[in-house]
Amino acid sequence: MSDTVNHSIQVRELTRKFGDFTAVDHITFDVKQGEIFGFLGANGAGKTTAIRMLCGLLSPTSGQAEVCGYDLFDQTEEIKRNIGYMSQRFSLYEDLTVEENILFYGGIYGMKRRELRSQTDILLDRLGLGPIKRVLISELPLGWKQKLAFSTALIHDPAIVFLDEPTGGVDPLTRRQFWEMIYETAHHGTTVFVTTHYMDEAEYCDRVSIMVDGRIAALDTPRKLKEQFSANSMDEVFVKLARP
Amino acid sequence: MAEAMILAENLSKSYRKVKALTDINLEVKEGELFGLIGPDGAGKTSLIRILATLLLADKGRASLMGLDVVKDFRKVRQMIGYMPGRFSLYRDLTVEENIRLFATIFDTSLEDNYDLIRDIYVQIEPFRHRRAEALSGGMKQKLALCCALIHRPNILLLDEPTTGVDAVSRREFWEILAQMQKQGITILVSTPYMDEAGRCNRVALIHNSKILQIDSPANIEAGFGSPLYAVIGQDTYRLLQHLRQYPHSGTVYPFGDSIHYTDQRGEINTADLAEWLRRQGHANIEVLPIAPNIEDCFMALGSSQPDASSYV
Amino acid sequence: MKRWFGFVRKEFYHILRDRRTMFILIGMPLVQILLFGFAVTNEIREARIGILDLSRDEHTQEIRNKLMASGYFRQVADWQRPEQVEAGFKSGDVKVVLIFEEDFGQNLKREGLAHVQIITDATDPNTGQTLLSYVSTIIIDYQRELNQPYQLPLRIEVETQMRYNPELKGVFLFVPGLITIILMLVSALMTSVSIAREKEMGTMEVLLASPMRPIQIILGKVAPYVLLGLLIALGVLLIGYFVFDVPVKGNLLLLAAEGLLFVITVLSLGVLISIVSPNQQVALMVSMMVLMMPTILLSGFMFPIENMPPFLQYISLIIPARWFIVIIKNIMLKGSGIEQIWQETLILFGFTVFYIVLAIRRFKVRLA
Repeated sequence: MSDTVNHSIQVRELTRKFGDFTAVDHITFDVKQGEIFGFLGANGAGKTTAIRMLCGLLSPTSGQAEVCGYDLFDQTEEIKRNIGYMSQRFSLYEDLTVEENILFYGGIYGMKRRELRSQTDILLDRLGLGPIKRVLISELPLGWKQKLAFSTALIHDPAIVFLDEPTGGVDPLTRRQFWEMIYETAHHGTTVFVTTHYMDEAEYCDRVSIMVDGRIAALDTPRKLKEQFSANSMDEVFVKLARP
Repeated sequence: MAEAMILAENLSKSYRKVKALTDINLEVKEGELFGLIGPDGAGKTSLIRILATLLLADKGRASLMGLDVVKDFRKVRQMIGYMPGRFSLYRDLTVEENIRLFATIFDTSLEDNYDLIRDIYVQIEPFRHRRAEALSGGMKQKLALCCALIHRPNILLLDEPTTGVDAVSRREFWEILAQMQKQGITILVSTPYMDEAGRCNRVALIHNSKILQIDSPANIEAGFGSPLYAVIGQDTYRLLQHLRQYPHSGTVYPFGDSIHYTDQRGEINTADLAEWLRRQGHANIEVLPIAPNIEDCFMALGSSQPDASSYV
Repeated sequence: MKRWFGFVRKEFYHILRDRRTMFILIGMPLVQILLFGFAVTNEIREARIGILDLSRDEHTQEIRNKLMASGYFRQVADWQRPEQVEAGFKSGDVKVVLIFEEDFGQNLKREGLAHVQIITDATDPNTGQTLLSYVSTIIIDYQRELNQPYQLPLRIEVETQMRYNPELKGVFLFVPGLITIILMLVSALMTSVSIAREKEMGTMEVLLASPMRPIQIILGKVAPYVLLGLLIALGVLLIGYFVFDVPVKGNLLLLAAEGLLFVITVLSLGVLISIVSPNQQVALMVSMMVLMMPTILLSGFMFPIENMPPFLQYISLIIPARWFIVIIKNIMLKGSGIEQIWQETLILFGFTVFYIVLAIRRFKVRLA
């Protein structure tokens, strides 16, 4: 690794208030390019607010931040164009076919028709979904849906992809196939930003930050965090942080 | 020996094309804390709903305390406490109103059974005038459990009570379940979290509508076929690929920041493997023999996903 | 029983805490009655009428006198030539025009048939229709007076699409109609949505898994809305009576009893809808399509049933509100007793039994 590390996300003292309530309280962190960064926290810890700001959906109250080199305050349109997003709950339209979903998402990001067609074929081939491209999403098993949703979020080649609880509830084997896809994506230089409150998902990340009450209470690799809190799992780390 | 509190025999259920349950047989003994463990879509909810008299099986039969879930469904409903997977209380009622409502529905009162739910109730009591919708996930689940317990049921049926709940609340919830078990209540609980298996006396691993295995977590782990090793290195992605190229490699699965590895030859000299990996360009390689956990067993037992061509 | 009351109390909590729905439930009837009331009464008192009398004989004069004596009209023009009618209309000076043909009286005597033409300003169709029916009513009254002593087949042909409105109390019609609509809305729509909400929220699953019986659940959901519906109906009745002088000529107890019957009819229909709807949205849509639209359009509230094409008239037969409007109109405006409305009552009763039987048979003690 060279010394001149590229940062995909740089956040300094970022704060968001809702009236008297400070949802995100002066958080500071960097995410390197090609890193798998876990963003953890209990419900209500400020996780969702922070991510909405990073995706350009919510304007910060104060602080500074750059996402893919664009300023969070006045270049939110550029940011949106350069990120992908996938959530466990909503990603694909259940009543559209596999192919229609991919074409739709590519269309949203203004991809050219020919480029989109060829990208779609590559993607379907890689996932082995070619034979069922005209099947409705609602008929697919959950594991396939999730892999497809992830690939779709990458169709426009974003610099950062945000994943929201990507493998919650998936069977162990599919979950591992999914994480291998994530590793591969990161290996090719795309930054992966995972938000989750499943602590075992956190174990797969290069580094994780844990939010408690609007602040970042811990930030390091899973291994170092486990050492620091003398815990066997991230689950225990989290419990020790949240229940002092 | 204790009699079967819950008995399912050859239960099958389909929704149009989709098989939800295939030939399910299981028996839960009195006073047992029994876990139904499997991913989303495995059939856990269908099974629990059939046992809760809310769904009819296509085939097979089931009984709770010897009462048939179809013929005697009214009697069964008197004896069970049921907590659905989704938060299913009245959001616009306060904590206390919800509890009192369920008490009257079961013809009892909060005071009558206070001793049973006291330990849970004291945790939510500070919020008793708060509406259910304003509670945190963990608090909601505790409230729902209170409501399911209010009539002192013989059997508790809990469908994924810890899903979507933070790690701290999950722990507390399991501690409560252990207490309820001490009170003599038989508990059937489903969960997608493999790591929660250890909290149960016995578990059924369920996947793609079928039961893979029923046993105590320790026995399941002991039954893992071959020696298991953790391989730890710097670049997990490349490590995975190289391990798969290793001539004797068996299964290779990422497991958080390590990789779980089995070898075709069974037991191996860990130094050999580490050395081979170093030659592939990996630094700081560790290879350690480890004990398998439920997740390893689940993958070993089950579960090859159908591929696209077998579908359609 | 204690179990059931606990359930009903819960239902009241839901209703009282849902401020927005509560506001709509109470505010909407209030706004409707005030709007309808003031709009209708103000428009129709002393409506400006223009007359083109091409005959000017004793018959036309008598009809004109009767019109003026009715108190509903003020004559603002007495034209001589047909061209003037157009101008009068365009200037907006007149709301309604009455034209007697040439030799009106002579035609009536010799041929037994004379023609008048009524033209109304249809910018406001409701007022236009009401005025039309007033004028034609008065003319046909006159025709009847002419015929009665002599048994003569004299006919005045009124050139209009509107027909006879026997009570000549069109202004008051909206109060019975509004009560019907509101009972329908509160009882049927609200119940169907509230049961569907239990399904959507998953609470129905917990209720089903409890020893509560379906009939207890249904009655528990329905009871509060019976009360609420009747209270709001009473409110509308009181406003009608005190603010707009709408009379209640018949027996109040009979009215209340019929009101209760109707509430139960539509409630059972609401329950039926909710049982077949998987969620609130569907329940709302179905309620709108099956209950509200036909009730408003086909029950005789907006448009007289006699004016509908036969096809729609047949459809209106299966709309409970159609029968209730007849009942409530008769009681309030005519002072009818049960002997005049027993048929309609029986029909409503039949509907109720039908819906309840169907609802209980369709209610599932399990999911899906």
